[in-house]
Amino acid sequence: MSVKTLKIDGKDVAAEEGTMLLQAAQDAGIQIPTLCFLAGLTPAAACRMCLVEVEGSHKLLPACVTEVAEGMVVQTHTPKLQGFRRMNVELLFAEGNHVCAVCVANGNCELQDLAIALGMDHSRFPYRFPDRHVDISHDQFGIDHNRCVLCTRCVRVCDEIEGAHVWDVAQRGEHCFIVSGLHQPWGEVDACTSCGKCVDACPTGAIFRKGSTIGEKERDRAKLEFLVTAREKHQWTR
Amino acid sequence: MGGYEPLYHALYELSSAAVIEEITKSGLRGRGGGGYPTGLKWATVAKMPGKQKYVICNADEGDPGAFMDRSVLESDPHRVLEGMAIAGYAIGANHGFIYVRAEYPLAIQRLTKAIQQAKKYGLLGSQIFESGFDFKIDIRIGAGAFVCGEETALIHSIEGGRGNPRPRPPYPAEVGLWGCPTLINNVETYANITPIIRKGAEWYSSIGTAGSKGTKVFALTGKVQHTGLVEVPMGTTLRQIVEEMGGGVAEGRVKAVQTGGPSGGCIPAVFFDTPVDYESLQQLGTMMGSGGMIVMDDATSMVEIAQFYMDFCRGESCGKCVPCRAGTVQLHEMLTKIVNHQATETDIEQMEALCQMVKEMSLCGLGQSAPNPVLSTLRYFKEEYLARLRPEVETFATAKD
Ligand SMILES: Cc1cc2nc3c(=O)[nH]c(=O)nc-3n(C[C@H](O)[C@H](O)[C@H](O)COP(=O)(O)O)c2cc1C
Ligand code: SF4
Ligand code: SF4
Ligand code: FES
Repeated sequence: MSVKTLKIDGKDVAAEEGTMLLQAAQDAGIQIPTLCFLAGLTPAAACRMCLVEVEGSHKLLPACVTEVAEGMVVQTHTPKLQGFRRMNVELLFAEGNHVCAVCVANGNCELQDLAIALGMDHSRFPYRFPDRHVDISHDQFGIDHNRCVLCTRCVRVCDEIEGAHVWDVAQRGEHCFIVSGLHQPWGEVDACTSCGKCVDACPTGAIFRKGSTIGEKERDRAKLEFLVTAREKHQWTR
Repeated sequence: MGGYEPLYHALYELSSAAVIEEITKSGLRGRGGGGYPTGLKWATVAKMPGKQKYVICNADEGDPGAFMDRSVLESDPHRVLEGMAIAGYAIGANHGFIYVRAEYPLAIQRLTKAIQQAKKYGLLGSQIFESGFDFKIDIRIGAGAFVCGEETALIHSIEGGRGNPRPRPPYPAEVGLWGCPTLINNVETYANITPIIRKGAEWYSSIGTAGSKGTKVFALTGKVQHTGLVEVPMGTTLRQIVEEMGGGVAEGRVKAVQTGGPSGGCIPAVFFDTPVDYESLQQLGTMMGSGGMIVMDDATSMVEIAQFYMDFCRGESCGKCVPCRAGTVQLHEMLTKIVNHQATETDIEQMEALCQMVKEMSLCGLGQSAPNPVLSTLRYFKEEYLARLRPEVETFATAKD
């Protein structure tokens, strides 16, 4: 397989053909912010946090689905990008009801991490305070739609890794929400195997284990990685 | 007149490559909005490896006030079918789909009948004109989402999935319907194919401007005296269309013309001598779009126009990506605040910044162009925004004792 050489933030980087910019940057020690990306799942390119500037392209490109190319010159943290990313996170905070102080994922939340990294301490856009519900009909887990950022990681992990396809997206635009089964309470969806992969995949406190209280949500990301490696490379390395 | 002769001519007297060459030389550009060179698109799909390829006709026509495609489908469906069959022959596809919105029942009925007729006479189906070329066409009915006009969303919808766009590349030409190379063109684009094959590329390219060939149909609506469809050669000035053909407005003055629907912008009357072609419209901060043209008079508030289109985009956003899903909501709220005389100059600055962000960060054309009506009205009619600001109120800081 051929190797491509490129420049990311002034650093010379070599990456195998077919590698995505996100991975190539990470291998070079450059962290590009992400939210909807989760290694092992089909990328959705939906959150737009990972957009980068590529010389010669008049559009910003999503690093999670853009392949490296020979001679590419990439900027990942320009003031313009950081400003846009901050606005993007503000939009998310304004769109849902994200109250970190009472959230199971406090201190262990990717949305919170993004906000901190971008220096976002409040949203300049008015909070919308939407009326969303909480479903705790499942024996072991719950979903609090107030905290959902619609990254669809739960949808993809359940469909692609567990093969159960319990989740999907209903409605459109601002009315979108994650739906279980045929719009049934989660606890009534027979397809759910209670594997808990969606809990581990969820970047926020939207899907949680029942019984966890503030700041207690922990994820076993290694489990997902283990499954993906086992499936794709037939290596059982835990 | 001479229906299906061009198809016969193509099948028996032209190679696939020669058909593509003819379309390329004609200078035809896509009529679905983007203006992508049609010949180039056909050549790309033709070159793709793989046995199974598809032809899709985009008849989702979702722009408010647009009905160009509808008129073609209802009055001359065979012309579109024939254009698709010629496309199929040129790119090596034997199956086509017409994706038509459910709001067009008459178009669906006439298309269905036209397909039956064509099959009966051996003009569609297997061994067309007793040649070795097979081509069948199926109709798929959309459920009325504007975003399903976006090509990748449209493909997902035909596949039976949720009509969400996906990032491009890969373009449908490479990875399209069920993963196969797919040609997707607009109704009007296909309607232009038979005249080109019949009369030749040279004839076609003699009409229009250097960069935009042929004619374009516009749906003239709004405050103009004579509303309806007009077909004009590319390069016709806006003045000719609005004032001569449309008869101007009944009372007062024409203030502006909106083109490109929710993705476009408003052109003030001072620019009415501009020739209508892809480049000129783009320079004015709007676009050709699919052909909607809404005339506005003095009494029209440009801020309310911007608010109307943002409301439309807010409602039609598929919700997949954050900038469009949440950004259009905030932009619409900001515009409403301005309309209601509650905003300050800072709000306008913040709105401009958010427009730029939504434009550059959104995943598909819907979000990327949703800010256009705001940006274009801000560019030409900023005074209308300023006139709507909150009246100065005495605050603690500004109070003199
Ligand atoms: C939100 C959105 C809506 C669209 N709606 C339509 C439509 O209704 N009809 C259409 O032909 N193209 C529509 N397009 C453009 C298509 O994606 C595609 O570019 C077009 O069908 C290609 O055909 P053409 O090359 O013949 O123009 C839309 C694009 C976007 C982003
Ligand atoms: S529930 Fe969690 S994983 Fe699922 S879409 Fe919402 S935030 Fe993402
Ligand atoms: S830009 Fe809007 S319509 Fe397009 S993918 Fe994003 S949310 Fe959906
Ligand atoms: S991580 Fe690339 S778009 Fe979400």
